[in-house]
Amino acid sequence: MQQGNQSWVFPNRPTIISTGTVGGPFEAKGPLAEDFDLLHGDLWLGQNSYEKAERKMMEEACETAVQKAGLQKKDVQFFLSGDLLNQIISSSFTARTLSVPYLGLFGACSTSMEGLALGGLIVDCRFGDNLICGTVSHNSAAEKQFRYPTEYGSQKPDTAQWTVTGAGAAIVSSKGQGPQITSATIGRIIDMGLSDPFNMGGAMAPAAVDTITAHFRDLELSHEEYDLIATGDLGRVGHNISLDLFKKHSLTIPEEKYTDCGLLIYGENHPMVFAGGSGCGCSATVTYGHILNRMKQGELRKVLIVATGALLSPISYQQKESIPCIAHAVALEYHLEG
Amino acid sequence: MADFFIWNFGFTEKSAANPTVAVMILFSVILTALGVYDHIAQWAGAGTAVPVTGFANSMASAAMEHRSEGYVLGVGGNMFKLAGSVIVFGVFSAFVVALIRTVLTMLGGV
Repeated sequence: MQQGNQSWVFPNRPTIISTGTVGGPFEAKGPLAEDFDLLHGDLWLGQNSYEKAERKMMEEACETAVQKAGLQKKDVQFFLSGDLLNQIISSSFTARTLSVPYLGLFGACSTSMEGLALGGLIVDCRFGDNLICGTVSHNSAAEKQFRYPTEYGSQKPDTAQWTVTGAGAAIVSSKGQGPQITSATIGRIIDMGLSDPFNMGGAMAPAAVDTITAHFRDLELSHEEYDLIATGDLGRVGHNISLDLFKKHSLTIPEEKYTDCGLLIYGENHPMVFAGGSGCGCSATVTYGHILNRMKQGELRKVLIVATGALLSPISYQQKESIPCIAHAVALEYHLEG
Repeated sequence: MADFFIWNFGFTEKSAANPTVAVMILFSVILTALGVYDHIAQWAGAGTAVPVTGFANSMASAAMEHRSEGYVLGVGGNMFKLAGSVIVFGVFSAFVVALIRTVLTMLGGV
């Protein structure tokens, strides 16, 4: 049911009955390593290309999620997924392996919540009972796609971010136990004219602020409704910009309640990752792993995940275009049994 | 490095430059292949990017990156992805400078 300009409320409460998260070697050394279902010690995952490795992670995340839910592949009706590679090949090739009806999405790093919002919508409307929403990114595959060869010695500025090697998949179901999807806010494209691909956090921050503001306005809520508001991959730079923007819009969000998946995944001030993590896999693995685990432990009851995406291509920025950005928000709620 | 060749192999100060550059290129490619060069570059900055080592790194890294697309279209087609523009503009600017010099000598000659 639509509420306000751009939000959906799900009265039937679609439920995330299980999730699968896969991480790479660098994520395995991070503070959230324990929240992953599967960690790999090798960036190649035994494959002969990074693209194949990315695909493998996506397949493993889906398989883990299906297994943990106690389901079989044939019980899943739809597969909604996207990634960062050209023509979203990782998702499409995973769909080939799963042989489940498939809808391919592209929202750059916002794909995780774009998929979850759409998945929630499908299940809420009873157009499907079990479906998988997933997304994946691979550091080296993304570097190759968007920047320079991985071993090329270019110097990156401090505003740059580190693409997460990881895949996250969630099974959204019409029944079962788990965190429920209560509402979603679909973002508008916000382009403030920034064109530096090494400062995507800064470019995406206004989009995150716009979506959060819209969410509160549409649903007539304030930050008090949520125990945690997490943005997707703004990094340190974008996180601080968004805090300033909230002040400007006179929207109060206490800093201890407001975090960013890109800051959580590697811990703050890690020299290798510059401003923080980014990529499709960032918000997906942190949300489906760390944040849902904290919800299940009873630490958090209601959270708002705002996945942010920079919708640029290597060609668009070489042609000096600015970066259009988007953010999608999904609200999750968990009731402990009994 | 140049001193090494002068002392041990009897190169002159001028001719020692060639083997020195060759060894620097070799080191650069080896460090790239071992996955260390990009870390050194992040720390050392332009010093690693500008000279011949940076050129070798840009070719070796592109060749490694695109190996999965095959030897002809992958390695062969992408090796000069980054280095190509250096060659294009290097040759072009050399041509322009040579042209200016030729014109000047001709004018001076007349």
